Formats: sequence, structure tokens, C-alpha cells
Amino acid sequence: MKQIIDFKLVEKQGYGRSVLLQLRTGRVLPEIRPGQFVQVRVDGSPSTYLRRPISIHDVDFERNDITLLVQQIGEGTRHLAAAEVGDTINVVLPLGNGFSMPERGERCLLVGGGIGIAPLYYFAKVMGEIGIRPTLLLGGKSKSDLIRLADYERLGETFVTTEDGSLGEKGFVTMHSVWQKQSFDKIYVCGPKPMMKAVAKLAAEKDVWCEVSLENLMACGLGACLCCVEDTVDGHVCVCKEGPVFNTRRLKW
Amino acid sequence: MTIDLGRGLVLRNPVMTASGTFGYGEEYSDFVDLAQLGGIIVKGTTLYPREGNPYPRMAETPSGMLNCVGLQNKGVQYFIDTIYPRIKDYDTNVLLNLSGSTLEDYVKGAEMVDALDKIPAIELNVSCPNVKQGGMAFGVTTTGISQVVSEVRKVYHKHLMVKLSPNVTNIAEIAMAAEAAGADSVSLINTLMGMAIDAEQRKPKLSVITGGLSGACVKPVALRMVWQVAKAVKIPVVGLGGISNATDAVEFMLAGASAVEIGTANFIDPAVSVKVAWGINEYCERHGFATVAELIGALEV
Repeated sequence: MKQIIDFKLVEKQGYGRSVLLQLRTGRVLPEIRPGQFVQVRVDGSPSTYLRRPISIHDVDFERNDITLLVQQIGEGTRHLAAAEVGDTINVVLPLGNGFSMPERGERCLLVGGGIGIAPLYYFAKVMGEIGIRPTLLLGGKSKSDLIRLADYERLGETFVTTEDGSLGEKGFVTMHSVWQKQSFDKIYVCGPKPMMKAVAKLAAEKDVWCEVSLENLMACGLGACLCCVEDTVDGHVCVCKEGPVFNTRRLKW
Repeated sequence: MTIDLGRGLVLRNPVMTASGTFGYGEEYSDFVDLAQLGGIIVKGTTLYPREGNPYPRMAETPSGMLNCVGLQNKGVQYFIDTIYPRIKDYDTNVLLNLSGSTLEDYVKGAEMVDALDKIPAIELNVSCPNVKQGGMAFGVTTTGISQVVSEVRKVYHKHLMVKLSPNVTNIAEIAMAAEAAGADSVSLINTLMGMAIDAEQRKPKLSVITGGLSGACVKPVALRMVWQVAKAVKIPVVGLGGISNATDAVEFMLAGASAVEIGTANFIDPAVSVKVAWGINEYCERHGFATVAELIGALEV
């Protein structure tokens, strides 16, 4: 069940352009699946009006904490990043459908680009809880984009690309040598659209099942306003409600 | 708190949710007890299915947003077969927002909706700014609105609310034409035509370049238009446009609205509609109004 919750910011950590916000509530968190997202209200920012859709980086059901990894790309996210420990942050959650959970024994590759690595952390963690150790392929412009790399490495074998070659193999995620060395049953992708399209194409060539997480501009986050539509084989569908995760076969890419 | 808008449309309280901002009510059922609302107005529906405009359909603006959804919907028949059975037993008034691109579409759609027992009213959308040859063609002239309202009136026997466009020179004249053609009430305002540009890319932010502006930023315009229309017509006026809290809603009622609709504010606080209803009640108690109807047009000038 979706809820509107006032969280307290209990911990904050900066990583260059991004900030990790750990939010706590006295209420019991609803069930939250990997790949679902939240809508965060931005208070006190005169040039913004709507909530900001943010992926869920991690969940701690014992403390009733959620963690968001927020990249400062505009006024709204800059305002969120300026919040201080102790501040109240109003969140609507959980939204969307999230990733399809794999079966035990399936070889899974999680591909993240830029801030798109954020939801893959919680996903890899939940996979670990059911006995799946995924392979992660994370890409960034530079090594500063690859936040919490050591934490990802604990959840699965992790490969890295950077466009400037400052860490891992130089180039895009689609160019990494892991594609030649390993094969997978399922590929899950989150990142910029051109990157996701490139990975989806590669997956199609290899005839591998592939899911991508979209981030179309949205207003309500609930499937009411019909602003965030993606063109699919079933026509225009709301990314916020029917996604944000889609099987690439459903998309008109 | 009861408000009687006439011809069988009685609201438990003056607060409804605006078309296109509240889905079919189901999307908000985790946040809102629909029985605490005067009514919900479901997504704009046309006789035939429409895919709407391409993405991107939304641009944020200071204290508001632009949209160019373009009436994406699955058509009246789909509504009747699939959605109506799910929502007909809600403990609130469910109004259908009906749009069209030809007179025949409006009339046929209205005839079909007339047969639905649990839909006590149509909100006739003659003011969508996002569809080519769309309803707004009817809504911006007195002859256009007279024509569509009088033809729909012939086939529709329940409460006929007509939603007016603010993109006109004199909205009071349009409202009077709707009243003369048989409207039971008018609701206003629909969105204001606007535009947003990404200067860095030198491109429009919306796929079809222009869109409809809504949100807190339009409230002063909406309030002024409600005031002008309420003085010009005898039928009830339903006010909307940027209402974000109970004080905003009270202002619209003081300006002459008999009821209000909450629109874009639902996106920022999904529970805002019921809070507005409670807040109006609290205002009435605090100011010694025995009934909410006493607020209508109570502005002292």
C-alpha cells in the first residue's frame, strides 16, 4: 500500500555531485521491492513545484530507513541535497512495479550507468538474500561517478568502465570485455536512455531477456496525469505506474 | 456541508477532484477516503480512443506546470465496459468529463453516458487546449458553445456541467451562452495556454510546443474569472484553478463558486482534497457560518 510519510534525515554523505540521504520514520515501512521509486516533496524552492521521482538505493526494514542516492542535476535535486540532518523530508512510496525477481540459479547481469547505479544496490542486496550473486557492470564518465564501489563489490562480481579511463576499462559499458567472457540469463539495466538502448540492442543480439528502468519526466507518479508515457507495443503507457521497469520487448526502441 | 448543484447533483461537501488529475479515483485510494469528497471527475473521455500527444508532455514552471497530454483515453465504450463497473459503487459522485472533436462525437458520447445509472453528471469539456480541432474550438466562441451545449442538452437528461476555457476575451459571455443553451452549471477554469523553451537546446520543452498551464500560479486568474462569471449567470459556478488548500477554496466560494475542484495540487499532496474539505468546515465553524452554502458569493466589497 502506498503511503505519504514524513521522514527524518538521519545521515547524509556527499559524493561529488551526488549525495546519499538516509531517511528514517517511526512508522513501519510498507513492502518495498527493488526498482520501485519514491516521490520526494521539495520544500522551499521557489522555481520548482512538483515532487522529484528518485529511485530507492537501499532499505532497512529493521530501522525503517530508506536511502536515496541523489545526483544534483537541477534546482529540485540541489534543494534536496542541501537538506540537513534532522530535517523532515516528505515522501510518497512505494511507487511503480520494480524489477522482476530472477529465479535461483539464473545468471544475472546488472548494468548501471551514472546515477542509474543507485537502484541496483538494493536489487543486488535482495538477490543475495535469496541466494543469487549477480554480476555488476557499472559505468561512469569518470571514477568519481562510481559511488560506494566497495559496497557493490560485496554484493557481486563487479566490473567498471569509465569514459575517461580513470577507473576500470576505458569506454562505455557495452564495450566491456565481460560481454565476451561471460554469458547471462537475465540483464537488468538502469542509466541514461542512450546507454540503456545500447545495452538493450546488445541483449537482443545475444537473445537475452532484458529489463530497463526508465526515468521519463513525470508529475503525479501515480498513473493519473499521463505525462510520463513511453511508447510501447500496447500504446502509450505510464512509466510511473506500469514501469518504471519494462521488458525491452515491450518497448518500441 | 451539502451543496445542491441542481438537476439531481447533490454534493456531500463542495470539494471535487478535477479531471485529469485524479485518474479514476483508484490511483488515490491509498491516500483518500473518497466518501469524504463531494465528487470526483474522471479523466477526459472521448467517443473514440485516443493515444494522446507524444512524450514529452510536461514541463515544470514556477509554481505550476504545463501539460500537453492531448486527451489520451480509451474511449467511451471502454469506459462503460471496463472502468464504470469498477468505480460505479464509490460512495461519492462520479462525474465523467466528456470531450470531442466533432458535434456528433459529443452528442453520441453524451447519449451513451446518459444510460449509466451511477454517473449523475457530465462535465462537458469544450476547453482542452491540447488537441487539434479539439473541444476548445467550441469553447472559445458564443456560437460554438451554444451549438454544442444545446445539442448535448437534447440527449442528456442529467446534470450538465460545462467546463470553460480561460483562453477567451470575455469568459462571462461564454458562460451566459452556455447557460442559455441549457447548461446546469459551469466549471472554470481549464488550463491557460502556455509554452516553455529549453534555451540551451533551443527547443520547446513540450512535444507539441504549447500546452496548458495549471497549478498555484493560475489561481489569481481563475479567481477573477469565477468572480466575473458568478455575477453574470444564475446557474451554479464550480471554481478551479490552482486551489492548493482550504483557504484557496474558501476564496473561490466567496467569489461566487458553489463548489470547487482540486487539480494539480493532488500531484504534490495526494491527500490534499480531503484536507481541503475538512478545512472548509473548520473555516465555517470559526466564522460562524451555519452551512457551507452561506459562503457562496459572501465576498464583502
